[in-house]
Amino acid sequence: MTDATVTPAIRAERLRAGLKRRYAREGRFRLYGLLAIGVAVGFLLLLLGRIIEQGHTAFYTHTVTVPVYMDPARVDRAYPQGTNFELLVAEQQLARLGVVDDAQSSKATEMRGLFSSELKFASAARIQNNPNLIGQTVPIAAPVSDDADLYFKGEVSRATPADQRRLSDEQIAWLDRMKASGLVTAHFNSGLFTRGDSTEPELAGVLGAVVGSALMLLVTAFVAIPLGVGAALYLEEFAPRGRITDLIEVNINNLAAVPSIIYGLLGLALFINWMHLPRASPLVGGLVLALMALPTIIIATRSSLKAVPPSIREAALAMGASKTQTVFHHTLPLAMPGVMTGAIISMAHALGETAPLLLIGMVSFIPGIPHSFGEPTGALPSLIYIWENASERAFHERTAAAILVLLAFMIVMNAAAIFLRRRFERRW
Amino acid sequence: MTWLFLPILIAAALAAYVGGRGVARRRGDGQRSHSRPGQHGAYALIWTALPALLILLAASVFSAPIERQLTSSGAPEAVQQLEPFRRAAFFADARAVGAGRPAVQIWPAPYAELLPAEGQRAAHIALMLEIGAGTAAILAGLLGALFVFNQIRPGMRARNRVEGWIVGLLFVCSAVAILTTVGIIASLVYDSMRFFASVPIAEFLFGTQWSPQTAIRADQVGSTGAFGALPLFAGTFLIMLIAMTVAAPVGLFAAIYLSEYAGPVFRATVKPVLEILAGVPTVVYGFFAALTVGPTFRVFFNEIGALLVGGPLDGLGQYLMLVQNQMALVAGMVMGIMLIPFVSSLSDDIINAVPQSLRDGSYAMGATKSETVKRVLLPAALPGVAGAMLLAMSRAIGETMIVTMAAGLAARLTLNPLDTVTTVTVQIVTLLTGDQEFNSPKTLSAFGLGLTLFLVTLALNIIAQRIVQTYRQQYD
Repeated sequence: MTDATVTPAIRAERLRAGLKRRYAREGRFRLYGLLAIGVAVGFLLLLLGRIIEQGHTAFYTHTVTVPVYMDPARVDRAYPQGTNFELLVAEQQLARLGVVDDAQSSKATEMRGLFSSELKFASAARIQNNPNLIGQTVPIAAPVSDDADLYFKGEVSRATPADQRRLSDEQIAWLDRMKASGLVTAHFNSGLFTRGDSTEPELAGVLGAVVGSALMLLVTAFVAIPLGVGAALYLEEFAPRGRITDLIEVNINNLAAVPSIIYGLLGLALFINWMHLPRASPLVGGLVLALMALPTIIIATRSSLKAVPPSIREAALAMGASKTQTVFHHTLPLAMPGVMTGAIISMAHALGETAPLLLIGMVSFIPGIPHSFGEPTGALPSLIYIWENASERAFHERTAAAILVLLAFMIVMNAAAIFLRRRFERRW
Repeated sequence: MTWLFLPILIAAALAAYVGGRGVARRRGDGQRSHSRPGQHGAYALIWTALPALLILLAASVFSAPIERQLTSSGAPEAVQQLEPFRRAAFFADARAVGAGRPAVQIWPAPYAELLPAEGQRAAHIALMLEIGAGTAAILAGLLGALFVFNQIRPGMRARNRVEGWIVGLLFVCSAVAILTTVGIIASLVYDSMRFFASVPIAEFLFGTQWSPQTAIRADQVGSTGAFGALPLFAGTFLIMLIAMTVAAPVGLFAAIYLSEYAGPVFRATVKPVLEILAGVPTVVYGFFAALTVGPTFRVFFNEIGALLVGGPLDGLGQYLMLVQNQMALVAGMVMGIMLIPFVSSLSDDIINAVPQSLRDGSYAMGATKSETVKRVLLPAALPGVAGAMLLAMSRAIGETMIVTMAAGLAARLTLNPLDTVTTVTVQIVTLLTGDQEFNSPKTLSAFGLGLTLFLVTLALNIIAQRIVQTYRQQYD
């Protein structure tokens, strides 16, 4: 017996040491848990912080207002759109800065690169509205080019070697002089919210994508919510226990876990190649998202129907209501807050879904703002994908800004869902 | 176009309701009626609107294929011999020319003359189909109304019949779930079969070369393409593995802390944060991975490489200097972060389902909390946790945007996390975006990949759900 040699004092000592070890282990284990949560929370903060940091500069922009002498020899009175206003302005601007151009007008080309093409459209529109302006000097306002805008925002630095930046030393000097003479003003970038997509970053906005996403969600809501609520009502209130019901239930659970890109393939094969619905339209996008959102809505509706106590149903039935009347007059209205909450959350989820939209054609460049369900359109998430792929650096800040817009919409929708839940949900 | 009849249909349905109610009131005057007038009205509405609605629905689903069949079967010999894809383009242009717009393509001699006549014929067929569908819908509505208005009398059990129809309608709603599955399987299998007709399944599943660039037209010079998907499966597996290495421990520990240690206030603050993380769209994660994590990692590895070059580990240094923004590690890690809330909320549910009595028993024996978790809770919850991990794996395999934006396109058979790899989902997106001819093996291979992806994720989900269900029943 070894116990004989172990005195109570030694045993207590061993116990204490063991206990210390065990408590240390306990503390470490607890720390791992905290660390895990720290990783998740820290990453969220990093993600949001980084996007705000990258995106906040897109919310203001610079406009240059140049006095343009509408030279009668250069401006075509009958067809002002045909006039090369950009060259005209660039030459006048060079003259004002006292720069002598060479024979190839290379300086004028460099100067032109500082203005966006909006300058041309704005000038042509002024002449078209009032041809009498020809021969006068008219102030024309237009955004500066994306590179110039980045310079004013401090993202292009003089310290970078000249061959690694897109602006030459001379162009930077001109920009400084224009800014010093008060021609350049910084202001809120309203164009970001009032324009459609464009190949030129300074003229690109999210409105087309926002409208496209809204139209799409409208289709999704109109298709998915009635279908989903109907299916949930059937399964929860009417369905006889049996093989078909089981099959439907297993099916819904599996559909909820099918990767979203598979729904994109379904949409491509069914809606576009088989039914010949218009490619990249809000109609097709909305239908695909509706099929995706359906299982989520069914599951949410079923759980809020389950929460309605049976006593309500029994009372209605006892008063002589039929099964259908019980469900539509009592159970469903009482479950409605939960149903709407689930529906809004699944709509918010659908709003951020990207992969299926790419497959049904929403990767192409679509400049306009959609007016109907049948024309090609962009959507916010696919716009983010397109801009992220663009080579111009000025698109990076705009991508982050578009993400902020998308997140803002999602926060509003989720807040509405939380409000509905807090305000109307009843607990029995 | 058929849906232009919808307003007419709605008006007719409303008229049927009001009419049915009125007739029921008149006929039931003075007698005790089984159903209320409104229920008779609803019955009339169903019989007027439903047949017409079904016809419109069928027309909108089937009119496009029927129209294609009719236009091409009546076309001249030369047009019939075109490939299906070219034929569709021919008729699109024919209709444009018929409507007075210019053609999109330039058509050679026999086709150019055919354009206007064929365009008119195609437009005529389309118009006939529309008129046909519209007339059929109106006729069906009228017949239904005739049928139902004759039936209205006090003894008719309108309420029961209406309720029967409502239940039927709800059943149809839930059958949409089955139809969706059937649609997914049908579209994937149909196009995959066409793909496997030109590329053998064995070559697709076990081939090690993936370069789907084929000649768009037969007369073009170009490679024939190789469709060995093994590198894609390897890339998908590698990224999934990295993602799970991040998500599994972090998610599980977060769940353990939240369910066993955290106080109510801590829980109430951390849970919403995790929910926000779960709600961030994947395209946002992709943006973050591509523009922040990728460049940071590249700079990090390049600098380590620069330190090692010239030393005993020169080869490794040289390699690290060449690491690019797009690597499996970046996509996998960001995907792992994306999966943390998914894993933690599933595990949280599962740990909470372990009965309190097991915990109490362990504490009573003097075990600390961590010992209880490690020796009692986790073994008891193991099947459930395993199920949760399988679900997370299925999510990782099917995730598209993060890998599309951060993993790259090079199909490489490698397990090196610093390499650029590509995945099944990335290839599906790449194959189906951009200019394509729909019937080429290149495009069809996307459906082969889609079918593989669907089957694998389905198997994972079914196994996981089985495990979780049996586990739940164990403690119920």
